[in-house]
Amino acid sequence: MAEVRAEMVANVWKVVAAEGDHVDDGDTLVILESMKMEIPVLAEGPGVVTQMHVAEGDVIQEGDLIAVIS
Amino acid sequence: MLDSVLVANRGEIARRVIRTARRMGIRAVAVYSDADADLPYVREADEATRIGPAPPAQSYLDAAAILDAAGKTGAAAVHPGYGFLAENADFARQVVTAGLIWVGPDPAAIEQMGDKIRARNLMERAGMPVSPGSREPVSDVTAALAEADRVGYPVMVKAAAGGGGIGMGMAQDQAALRAAFETARSRAERFFGSPEILIERYVERAHHVEVQILGLADGRVLALGERDCSVQRRHQKVAEESPAPGVTAELRQRMLASAVLAGQAVGYRGAGTVECLVDADAGSFVFLEMNTRLQVEHPVTELVTGIDLVEQQFLIAAGKPPSFDTAAVRSSGHALELRVYAEDPVRFLPRPGTITEWEEPAGEGVRVDAGYQAGNTVTPFYDPLLAKLCVHGADRDQALARARQAVAAFRIAGPKTNLPFHADLLASTEFASGSYDTSLVSKLRPT
Repeated sequence: MAEVRAEMVANVWKVVAAEGDHVDDGDTLVILESMKMEIPVLAEGPGVVTQMHVAEGDVIQEGDLIAVIS
Repeated sequence: MLDSVLVANRGEIARRVIRTARRMGIRAVAVYSDADADLPYVREADEATRIGPAPPAQSYLDAAAILDAAGKTGAAAVHPGYGFLAENADFARQVVTAGLIWVGPDPAAIEQMGDKIRARNLMERAGMPVSPGSREPVSDVTAALAEADRVGYPVMVKAAAGGGGIGMGMAQDQAALRAAFETARSRAERFFGSPEILIERYVERAHHVEVQILGLADGRVLALGERDCSVQRRHQKVAEESPAPGVTAELRQRMLASAVLAGQAVGYRGAGTVECLVDADAGSFVFLEMNTRLQVEHPVTELVTGIDLVEQQFLIAAGKPPSFDTAAVRSSGHALELRVYAEDPVRFLPRPGTITEWEEPAGEGVRVDAGYQAGNTVTPFYDPLLAKLCVHGADRDQALARARQAVAAFRIAGPKTNLPFHADLLASTEFASGSYDTSLVSKLRPT
Protein backbone atom coordinates (compact mmCIF):
# COMPACT_ATOMS: atom_id res chain seq x y z
CA MET A 1 0.00 0.00 0.00
CA ALA A 2 1.36 3.39 -0.95
CA GLU A 3 0.12 6.69 0.42
CA VAL A 4 0.37 9.66 -1.92
CA ARG A 5 0.74 12.92 0.00
CA ALA A 6 0.86 16.57 -1.04
CA GLU A 7 4.32 18.08 -1.41
CA MET A 8 2.99 21.61 -1.03
CA VAL A 9 -0.01 23.78 -0.27
CA ALA A 10 -2.15 23.74 -3.39
CA ASN A 11 -5.61 23.78 -4.90
CA VAL A 12 -6.90 20.58 -6.47
CA TRP A 13 -7.55 21.50 -10.08
CA LYS A 14 -8.39 18.10 -11.60
CA VAL A 15 -8.92 14.62 -10.22
CA VAL A 16 -7.79 12.34 -13.02
CA ALA A 17 -7.94 8.87 -11.40
CA ALA A 18 -10.95 7.46 -9.58
CA GLU A 19 -11.23 4.87 -6.82
CA GLY A 20 -11.03 1.43 -8.38
CA ASP A 21 -8.86 2.54 -11.30
CA HIS A 22 -5.77 0.54 -12.11
CA VAL A 23 -2.75 2.81 -12.50
CA ASP A 24 0.80 2.28 -13.69
CA ASP A 25 4.01 3.89 -12.53
CA GLY A 26 3.98 7.51 -13.69
CA ASP A 27 0.24 7.79 -14.33
CA THR A 28 -1.33 11.08 -13.30
CA LEU A 29 -3.60 10.80 -10.25
CA VAL A 30 -4.58 14.41 -9.74
CA ILE A 31 -3.42 17.79 -11.02
CA LEU A 32 -2.74 20.41 -8.38
CA GLU A 33 -2.52 24.09 -8.99
CA SER A 34 -0.34 26.38 -6.95
CA MET A 35 0.92 29.86 -7.75
CA LYS A 36 -0.36 29.77 -11.35
CA MET A 37 1.39 26.47 -12.05
CA GLU A 38 -0.15 23.09 -12.75
CA ILE A 39 1.55 20.28 -10.87
CA PRO A 40 0.62 16.70 -11.75
CA VAL A 41 0.77 14.18 -8.90
CA LEU A 42 1.93 10.84 -10.28
CA ALA A 43 1.59 7.23 -9.15
CA GLU A 44 4.97 5.96 -7.97
CA GLY A 45 4.19 2.36 -8.84
CA PRO A 46 1.49 0.15 -10.34
CA GLY A 47 -1.64 -0.71 -8.37
CA VAL A 48 -5.29 0.04 -7.78
CA VAL A 49 -6.50 3.38 -6.41
CA THR A 50 -8.27 2.22 -3.24
CA GLN A 51 -8.85 5.64 -1.73
CA MET A 52 -9.10 9.14 -3.26
CA HIS A 53 -9.17 11.74 -0.53
CA VAL A 54 -9.44 14.95 -2.54
CA ALA A 55 -12.03 16.55 -4.80
CA GLU A 56 -11.70 19.28 -7.40
CA GLY A 57 -11.62 22.69 -5.75
CA ASP A 58 -10.19 21.47 -2.43
CA VAL A 59 -7.33 23.37 -0.85
CA ILE A 60 -4.80 20.92 0.54
CA GLN A 61 -1.87 21.44 2.89
CA GLU A 62 1.64 20.06 2.68
CA GLY A 63 1.57 16.44 3.86
CA ASP A 64 -2.17 15.92 3.34
CA LEU A 65 -3.19 12.50 2.08
CA ILE A 66 -4.26 12.63 -1.56
CA ALA A 67 -4.77 8.97 -2.45
CA VAL A 68 -3.90 5.43 -1.48
CA ILE A 69 -2.69 2.90 -4.03
CA SER A 70 -2.74 -0.80 -3.13
CA MET B 1 -3.83 66.39 -10.99
CA LEU B 2 -5.53 63.19 -9.86
CA ASP B 3 -6.72 63.41 -6.28
CA SER B 4 -7.20 59.68 -5.69
CA VAL B 5 -6.45 56.31 -7.25
CA LEU B 6 -7.65 52.76 -6.66
CA VAL B 7 -4.87 50.23 -7.18
CA ALA B 8 -6.50 47.14 -8.70
CA ASN B 9 -3.75 44.74 -7.70
CA ARG B 10 -1.98 43.15 -4.74
CA GLY B 11 1.41 42.38 -3.24
CA GLU B 12 4.59 44.16 -4.20
CA ILE B 13 3.22 46.07 -7.17
CA ALA B 14 0.23 47.45 -5.25
CA ARG B 15 2.65 48.58 -2.53
CA ARG B 16 5.01 50.14 -5.06
CA VAL B 17 2.22 52.08 -6.83
CA ILE B 18 0.76 53.21 -3.49
CA ARG B 19 4.18 54.54 -2.42
CA THR B 20 4.47 56.90 -5.41
CA ALA B 21 0.80 57.89 -5.26
CA ARG B 22 1.14 58.97 -1.63
CA ARG B 23 4.39 60.82 -2.32
CA MET B 24 2.52 62.79 -5.02
CA GLY B 25 -0.34 63.56 -2.64
CA ILE B 26 -2.75 61.22 -4.43
CA ARG B 27 -5.04 59.38 -2.02
CA ALA B 28 -4.34 55.66 -2.51
CA VAL B 29 -7.10 53.06 -2.21
CA ALA B 30 -6.12 49.40 -1.91
CA VAL B 31 -8.33 46.42 -2.67
CA TYR B 32 -7.74 42.98 -1.15
CA SER B 33 -9.05 39.45 -1.13
CA ASP B 34 -9.56 37.44 2.04
CA ALA B 35 -6.12 35.90 1.52
CA ASP B 36 -4.35 39.27 1.52
CA ALA B 37 -5.95 41.25 4.35
CA ASP B 38 -2.72 41.26 6.40
CA LEU B 39 -0.27 42.25 3.63
CA PRO B 40 1.76 45.47 3.95
CA TYR B 41 0.16 47.19 0.94
CA VAL B 42 -3.28 47.04 2.58
CA ARG B 43 -2.01 48.85 5.66
CA GLU B 44 0.07 51.39 3.74
CA ALA B 45 -2.83 52.60 1.58
CA ASP B 46 -4.90 55.56 2.75
CA GLU B 47 -7.95 53.36 2.55
CA ALA B 48 -8.49 49.66 1.84
CA THR B 49 -11.55 47.71 0.86
CA ARG B 50 -12.27 43.97 0.61
CA ILE B 51 -13.32 42.78 -2.83
CA GLY B 52 -13.94 39.07 -2.30
CA PRO B 53 -12.61 35.62 -1.47
CA ALA B 54 -9.12 34.38 -2.32
CA PRO B 55 -9.58 32.89 -5.82
CA PRO B 56 -8.60 35.58 -8.39
CA ALA B 57 -11.80 35.10 -10.43
CA GLN B 58 -13.79 36.22 -7.38
CA SER B 59 -11.52 39.10 -6.40
CA TYR B 60 -8.71 40.67 -8.47
CA LEU B 61 -10.25 39.52 -11.77
CA ASP B 62 -13.79 40.55 -10.76
CA ALA B 63 -14.23 43.80 -12.70
CA ALA B 64 -17.62 44.54 -11.14
CA ALA B 65 -16.26 44.14 -7.60
CA ILE B 66 -13.37 46.47 -8.36
CA LEU B 67 -15.56 49.13 -9.98
CA ASP B 68 -17.93 48.85 -7.03
CA ALA B 69 -14.97 49.43 -4.67
CA ALA B 70 -13.94 52.47 -6.71
CA GLY B 71 -17.47 53.86 -6.45
CA LYS B 72 -17.72 53.27 -2.69
CA THR B 73 -14.34 54.83 -1.95
CA GLY B 74 -14.75 57.75 -4.34
CA ALA B 75 -11.56 56.93 -6.25
CA ALA B 76 -11.01 59.16 -9.30
CA ALA B 77 -8.68 56.79 -11.16
CA VAL B 78 -7.74 53.12 -11.47
CA HIS B 79 -4.15 51.87 -11.71
CA PRO B 80 -4.11 48.20 -12.75
CA GLY B 81 -0.47 47.28 -11.95
CA TYR B 82 0.53 44.26 -14.04
CA GLY B 83 -1.25 40.93 -14.56
CA PHE B 84 -4.89 40.44 -13.49
CA LEU B 85 -6.95 43.07 -15.39
CA ALA B 86 -4.02 45.24 -16.55
CA GLU B 87 -4.27 44.15 -20.18
CA ASN B 88 -8.02 43.64 -20.29
CA ALA B 89 -9.38 46.19 -22.79
CA ASP B 90 -12.98 45.58 -21.68
CA PHE B 91 -12.10 46.42 -18.11
CA ALA B 92 -10.26 49.56 -19.22
CA ARG B 93 -13.38 50.61 -21.15
CA GLN B 94 -15.60 49.94 -18.13
CA VAL B 95 -13.34 52.14 -16.01
CA VAL B 96 -13.64 54.98 -18.52
CA THR B 97 -17.40 54.47 -18.91
CA ALA B 98 -17.77 54.71 -15.14
CA GLY B 99 -16.28 58.21 -15.39
CA LEU B 100 -12.91 57.22 -13.92
CA ILE B 101 -9.43 57.81 -15.26
CA TRP B 102 -7.66 54.69 -16.54
CA VAL B 103 -3.96 54.85 -15.70
CA GLY B 104 -2.87 53.05 -18.83
CA PRO B 105 -3.01 53.21 -22.61
CA ASP B 106 -6.13 53.61 -24.72
CA PRO B 107 -8.22 50.38 -24.61
CA ALA B 108 -7.84 50.12 -28.41
CA ALA B 109 -4.04 49.92 -28.03
CA ILE B 110 -4.44 47.18 -25.38
CA GLU B 111 -6.69 45.26 -27.74
CA GLN B 112 -4.37 45.56 -30.74
CA MET B 113 -1.36 44.40 -28.75
CA GLY B 114 -3.20 41.82 -26.64
CA ASP B 115 -3.74 39.59 -29.66
CA LYS B 116 -0.23 38.42 -30.49
CA ILE B 117 -1.12 37.68 -34.12
CA ARG B 118 -2.64 41.10 -34.75
CA ALA B 119 0.31 42.67 -32.94
CA ARG B 120 2.83 40.85 -35.14
CA ASN B 121 0.99 41.90 -38.30
CA LEU B 122 0.74 45.49 -37.12
CA MET B 123 4.40 45.67 -36.10
CA GLU B 124 5.51 44.22 -39.41
CA ARG B 125 3.60 46.97 -41.22
CA ALA B 126 5.15 49.58 -38.90
CA GLY B 127 8.60 48.50 -40.05
CA MET B 128 9.53 46.33 -37.07
CA PRO B 129 11.30 43.03 -37.85
CA VAL B 130 9.21 39.94 -36.95
CA SER B 131 10.19 36.26 -37.01
CA PRO B 132 8.54 33.98 -39.60
CA GLY B 133 5.16 33.00 -38.17
CA SER B 134 1.35 32.97 -38.30
CA ARG B 135 -0.51 35.86 -39.88
CA GLU B 136 -3.81 34.36 -38.74
CA PRO B 137 -4.84 31.97 -35.93
CA VAL B 138 -4.01 28.29 -36.35
CA SER B 139 -7.24 26.44 -35.66
CA ASP B 140 -6.30 22.74 -35.51
CA VAL B 141 -3.40 20.31 -35.49
CA THR B 142 -3.45 19.90 -39.28
CA ALA B 143 -3.18 23.63 -39.78
CA ALA B 144 -0.45 23.79 -37.15
CA LEU B 145 1.60 21.14 -38.94
CA ALA B 146 1.22 22.95 -42.25
CA GLU B 147 2.16 26.26 -40.68
CA ALA B 148 5.24 24.76 -39.02
CA ASP B 149 6.36 23.30 -42.35
CA ARG B 150 6.06 26.74 -43.91
CA VAL B 151 7.84 28.53 -41.04
CA GLY B 152 10.50 25.87 -40.46
CA TYR B 153 11.39 23.92 -37.31
CA PRO B 154 12.06 24.46 -34.46
CA VAL B 155 8.88 26.40 -33.77
CA MET B 156 7.29 28.06 -30.76
CA VAL B 157 3.60 27.42 -30.06
CA LYS B 158 1.79 30.16 -28.15
CA ALA B 159 -1.66 31.32 -27.13
CA ALA B 160 -2.52 34.38 -29.22
CA ALA B 161 -4.18 35.95 -26.20
CA GLY B 162 -1.58 34.64 -23.76
CA GLY B 163 1.19 35.93 -21.59
CA GLY B 164 3.50 35.00 -18.75
CA GLY B 165 4.84 31.99 -20.64
CA ILE B 166 1.73 29.97 -19.78
CA GLY B 167 0.99 27.21 -22.30
CA MET B 168 3.99 28.13 -24.46
CA GLY B 169 5.91 25.23 -25.91
CA MET B 170 8.81 24.62 -28.28
CA ALA B 171 8.67 21.84 -30.89
CA GLN B 172 11.59 20.39 -32.85
CA ASP B 173 9.48 18.08 -35.00
CA GLN B 174 5.93 17.05 -35.96
CA ALA B 175 5.41 14.70 -32.99
CA ALA B 176 6.48 17.36 -30.51
CA LEU B 177 4.31 19.91 -32.30
CA ARG B 178 1.19 17.74 -31.94
CA ALA B 179 1.73 17.57 -28.17
CA ALA B 180 2.70 21.23 -27.83
CA PHE B 181 -0.36 22.30 -29.82
CA GLU B 182 -2.78 20.40 -27.56
CA THR B 183 -1.14 21.76 -24.40
CA ALA B 184 -1.12 25.30 -25.71
CA ARG B 185 -4.75 25.12 -26.78
CA SER B 186 -6.09 23.73 -23.50
CA ARG B 187 -4.11 26.28 -21.46
CA ALA B 188 -5.14 29.07 -23.82
CA GLU B 189 -8.81 28.30 -23.26
CA ARG B 190 -8.41 27.86 -19.55
CA PHE B 191 -6.18 30.83 -18.72
CA PHE B 192 -6.98 33.33 -21.45
CA GLY B 193 -10.50 32.40 -22.58
CA SER B 194 -9.48 32.11 -26.22
CA PRO B 195 -8.29 28.98 -28.06
CA GLU B 196 -6.42 30.90 -30.75
CA ILE B 197 -2.90 29.65 -31.32
CA LEU B 198 0.05 31.14 -33.13
CA ILE B 199 3.17 29.45 -34.41
CA GLU B 200 6.46 31.19 -35.00
CA ARG B 201 10.03 30.23 -35.70
CA TYR B 202 11.89 29.49 -32.48
CA VAL B 203 15.04 31.55 -32.10
CA GLU B 204 17.74 29.42 -30.48
CA ARG B 205 20.34 30.92 -28.18
CA ALA B 206 18.41 34.16 -28.14
CA HIS B 207 18.69 37.09 -25.82
CA HIS B 208 15.39 38.37 -24.55
CA VAL B 209 15.78 42.15 -24.63
CA GLU B 210 12.97 44.64 -24.14
CA VAL B 211 12.64 48.38 -24.57
CA GLN B 212 10.81 50.58 -22.07
CA ILE B 213 8.65 53.09 -23.88
CA LEU B 214 6.65 56.01 -22.56
CA GLY B 215 3.87 57.60 -24.61
CA LEU B 216 3.46 61.17 -23.43
CA ALA B 217 0.23 63.14 -23.07
CA ASP B 218 1.28 65.31 -26.05
CA GLY B 219 1.49 62.23 -28.31
CA ARG B 220 5.27 61.83 -28.41
CA VAL B 221 6.70 58.37 -27.71
CA LEU B 222 10.04 58.05 -25.88
CA ALA B 223 12.31 55.02 -25.48
CA LEU B 224 13.90 54.90 -22.00
CA GLY B 225 16.52 52.25 -22.65
CA GLU B 226 16.48 48.47 -22.65
CA ARG B 227 16.51 45.54 -20.23
CA ASP B 228 17.96 42.08 -20.78
CA CYS B 229 15.54 39.44 -19.46
CA SER B 230 17.25 36.28 -20.70
CA VAL B 231 17.44 34.58 -17.30
CA GLN B 232 14.21 32.57 -17.46
CA ARG B 233 12.73 29.37 -16.13
CA ARG B 234 9.57 27.94 -17.77
CA HIS B 235 9.64 30.97 -20.12
CA GLN B 236 9.23 33.26 -17.11
CA LYS B 237 11.78 35.85 -16.08
CA VAL B 238 13.89 35.37 -12.98
CA ALA B 239 16.47 38.17 -13.31
CA GLU B 240 16.82 41.27 -15.46
CA GLU B 241 19.47 43.90 -16.05
CA SER B 242 20.16 47.14 -17.84
CA PRO B 243 22.11 47.95 -19.96
CA ALA B 244 21.81 44.62 -21.81
CA PRO B 245 25.37 43.28 -21.78
CA GLY B 246 25.31 41.64 -25.23
CA VAL B 247 23.85 44.58 -27.11
CA THR B 248 26.13 46.96 -28.99
CA ALA B 249 25.49 50.70 -29.08
CA GLU B 250 24.49 50.43 -32.73
CA LEU B 251 22.00 47.58 -32.13
CA ARG B 252 20.59 49.40 -29.09
CA GLN B 253 20.01 52.50 -31.22
CA ARG B 254 18.11 50.48 -33.84
CA MET B 255 16.01 48.68 -31.20
CA LEU B 256 15.07 51.89 -29.41
CA ALA B 257 14.12 53.55 -32.71
CA SER B 258 11.96 50.54 -33.68
CA ALA B 259 10.25 50.52 -30.28
CA VAL B 260 9.32 54.17 -30.73
CA LEU B 261 7.80 53.36 -34.15
CA ALA B 262 5.90 50.46 -32.55
CA GLY B 263 4.46 52.77 -29.90
CA GLN B 264 3.56 55.40 -32.48
CA ALA B 265 1.80 52.80 -34.63
CA VAL B 266 -0.79 52.26 -31.89
CA GLY B 267 -0.89 55.83 -30.56
CA TYR B 268 0.57 54.57 -27.31
CA ARG B 269 0.11 56.54 -24.10
CA GLY B 270 1.74 55.71 -20.78
CA ALA B 271 4.33 53.10 -19.85
CA GLY B 272 4.72 50.10 -22.14
CA THR B 273 7.30 47.55 -23.11
CA VAL B 274 8.34 46.26 -26.50
CA GLU B 275 9.84 42.79 -26.10
CA CYS B 276 12.32 41.49 -28.68
CA LEU B 277 14.47 38.45 -29.28
CA VAL B 278 18.04 39.36 -30.12
CA ASP B 279 20.54 37.26 -32.02
CA ALA B 280 23.69 38.88 -30.64
CA ASP B 281 26.02 37.08 -33.05
CA ALA B 282 24.10 38.33 -36.08
CA GLY B 283 23.39 41.72 -34.52
CA SER B 284 19.70 41.34 -35.39
CA PHE B 285 16.41 41.33 -33.49
CA VAL B 286 12.76 40.42 -34.01
CA PHE B 287 9.59 41.68 -32.32
CA LEU B 288 8.15 39.32 -29.72
CA GLU B 289 5.26 41.17 -28.10
CA MET B 290 4.26 44.43 -26.55
CA ASN B 291 3.12 44.66 -22.94
CA THR B 292 0.67 47.51 -22.53
CA ARG B 293 1.27 48.20 -18.84
CA LEU B 294 3.94 48.70 -16.22
CA GLN B 295 6.39 45.81 -16.35
CA VAL B 296 7.40 43.75 -13.30
CA GLU B 297 11.05 44.65 -13.92
CA HIS B 298 10.49 48.40 -14.35
CA PRO B 299 12.74 49.21 -11.33
CA VAL B 300 15.79 48.28 -13.43
CA THR B 301 15.04 51.20 -15.75
CA GLU B 302 14.20 53.48 -12.82
CA LEU B 303 17.59 52.76 -11.24
CA VAL B 304 19.64 53.60 -14.34
CA THR B 305 17.57 56.61 -15.49
CA GLY B 306 16.50 58.06 -12.14
CA ILE B 307 12.95 58.32 -13.50
CA ASP B 308 9.97 57.17 -11.38
CA LEU B 309 7.87 55.40 -14.02
CA VAL B 310 4.75 55.24 -11.86
CA GLU B 311 4.93 59.01 -11.35
CA GLN B 312 5.05 59.43 -15.15
CA GLN B 313 2.04 57.13 -15.50
CA PHE B 314 0.02 59.32 -13.15
CA LEU B 315 1.16 62.55 -14.84
CA ILE B 316 0.34 61.21 -18.32
CA ALA B 317 -3.08 59.95 -17.17
CA ALA B 318 -3.77 63.46 -15.86
CA GLY B 319 -2.74 64.96 -19.22
CA LYS B 320 0.41 66.55 -17.76
CA PRO B 321 3.98 66.63 -19.12
CA PRO B 322 6.49 64.25 -17.55
CA SER B 323 8.58 65.28 -14.53
CA PHE B 324 11.93 64.88 -16.33
CA ASP B 325 13.67 66.64 -19.22
CA THR B 326 12.83 64.48 -22.25
CA ALA B 327 15.89 65.78 -24.13
CA ALA B 328 18.29 64.73 -21.37
CA VAL B 329 17.35 61.10 -20.67
CA ARG B 330 20.45 59.03 -20.05
CA SER B 331 21.34 55.70 -18.55
CA SER B 332 23.86 55.81 -15.74
CA GLY B 333 25.68 52.82 -14.25
CA HIS B 334 24.22 49.33 -14.20
CA ALA B 335 21.14 47.82 -12.53
CA LEU B 336 19.96 44.29 -11.81
CA GLU B 337 16.69 42.85 -10.56
CA LEU B 338 16.44 39.42 -8.97
CA ARG B 339 12.93 38.05 -8.54
CA VAL B 340 12.59 36.33 -5.20
CA TYR B 341 10.00 33.59 -5.64
CA ALA B 342 8.36 31.26 -3.11
CA GLU B 343 9.64 28.14 -4.81
CA ASP B 344 12.26 25.50 -4.26
CA PRO B 345 15.59 26.61 -5.67
CA VAL B 346 16.28 23.42 -7.63
CA ARG B 347 13.11 22.34 -9.42
CA PHE B 348 11.39 25.75 -9.13
CA LEU B 349 8.17 24.21 -7.83
CA PRO B 350 5.82 26.40 -5.74
CA ARG B 351 6.43 26.41 -1.99
CA PRO B 352 3.91 28.69 -0.31
CA GLY B 353 3.81 28.93 3.48
CA THR B 354 3.77 31.24 6.48
CA ILE B 355 6.70 33.63 6.76
CA THR B 356 8.37 33.26 10.17
CA GLU B 357 11.39 35.41 9.40
CA TRP B 358 11.83 38.24 6.90
CA GLU B 359 14.87 40.47 6.91
CA GLU B 360 15.61 42.58 3.86
CA PRO B 361 19.10 43.58 2.79
CA ALA B 362 19.96 47.26 2.77
CA GLY B 363 22.95 49.35 1.77
CA GLU B 364 24.18 51.57 -1.01
CA GLY B 365 22.47 50.89 -4.33
CA VAL B 366 20.05 48.32 -2.87
CA ARG B 367 16.29 48.60 -3.40
CA VAL B 368 13.80 45.96 -2.29
CA ASP B 369 10.24 46.02 -3.62
CA ALA B 370 8.58 43.48 -1.32
CA GLY B 371 5.00 42.31 -1.06
CA TYR B 372 5.33 40.55 2.27
CA GLN B 373 6.79 40.76 5.76
CA ALA B 374 7.22 38.41 8.73
CA GLY B 375 3.91 36.95 9.91
CA ASN B 376 2.27 37.01 6.45
CA THR B 377 1.10 33.81 4.80
CA VAL B 378 2.03 33.19 1.17
CA THR B 379 -0.97 31.38 -0.30
CA PRO B 380 -1.21 29.19 -3.41
CA PHE B 381 -3.73 31.50 -5.08
CA TYR B 382 -1.38 33.96 -6.77
CA ASP B 383 1.98 34.08 -8.50
CA PRO B 384 5.06 33.18 -6.41
CA LEU B 385 6.72 36.63 -6.43
CA LEU B 386 7.67 37.60 -2.87
CA ALA B 387 9.98 40.51 -3.58
CA LYS B 388 12.19 42.10 -6.20
CA LEU B 389 15.74 42.58 -5.03
CA CYS B 390 17.19 45.40 -7.14
CA VAL B 391 20.70 46.79 -7.10
CA HIS B 392 22.47 49.63 -8.82
CA GLY B 393 26.21 50.12 -9.25
CA ALA B 394 28.57 52.41 -11.11
CA ASP B 395 29.25 49.52 -13.51
CA ARG B 396 28.18 45.90 -13.99
CA ASP B 397 30.91 44.50 -11.74
CA GLN B 398 29.90 46.72 -8.88
CA ALA B 399 26.22 45.90 -9.38
CA LEU B 400 27.03 42.17 -9.33
CA ALA B 401 29.12 42.52 -6.18
CA ARG B 402 26.33 44.41 -4.43
CA ALA B 403 23.81 41.83 -5.60
CA ARG B 404 25.90 38.97 -4.16
CA GLN B 405 26.06 40.71 -0.78
CA ALA B 406 22.37 41.54 -0.84
CA VAL B 407 21.33 37.97 -1.71
CA ALA B 408 23.47 36.64 1.14
CA ALA B 409 21.90 39.14 3.56
CA PHE B 410 18.26 38.48 2.58
CA ARG B 411 16.72 36.24 5.26
CA ILE B 412 13.39 34.58 4.58
CA ALA B 413 12.17 31.61 6.61
CA GLY B 414 8.90 29.74 6.22
CA PRO B 415 8.25 29.30 2.52
CA LYS B 416 11.17 27.99 0.49
CA THR B 417 12.66 30.60 -1.79
CA ASN B 418 14.88 30.72 -4.86
CA LEU B 419 17.52 32.88 -3.10
CA PRO B 420 20.01 29.97 -3.29
CA PHE B 421 19.44 29.91 -7.06
CA HIS B 422 20.24 33.62 -7.25
CA ALA B 423 23.46 33.01 -5.31
CA ASP B 424 24.41 30.35 -7.87
CA LEU B 425 23.43 32.62 -10.77
CA LEU B 426 25.61 35.45 -9.46
CA ALA B 427 28.50 33.02 -8.89
CA SER B 428 28.33 31.57 -12.40
CA THR B 429 31.09 32.59 -14.78
CA GLU B 430 28.66 32.61 -17.68
CA PHE B 431 26.36 35.16 -16.05
CA ALA B 432 29.33 37.18 -14.83
CA SER B 433 30.74 37.26 -18.38
CA GLY B 434 27.55 38.90 -19.64
CA SER B 435 27.46 36.66 -22.70
CA TYR B 436 24.56 34.43 -21.65
CA ASP B 437 21.27 33.65 -23.39
CA THR B 438 17.87 32.15 -22.54
CA SER B 439 19.44 28.71 -22.07
CA LEU B 440 21.37 29.85 -18.97
CA VAL B 441 18.97 28.57 -16.29
CA SER B 442 18.79 25.09 -17.83
CA LYS B 443 22.59 25.00 -17.81
CA LEU B 444 22.71 25.99 -14.14
CA ARG B 445 19.96 23.52 -13.25
CA PRO B 446 20.26 20.54 -15.62
CA THR B 447 17.30 18.18 -15.19
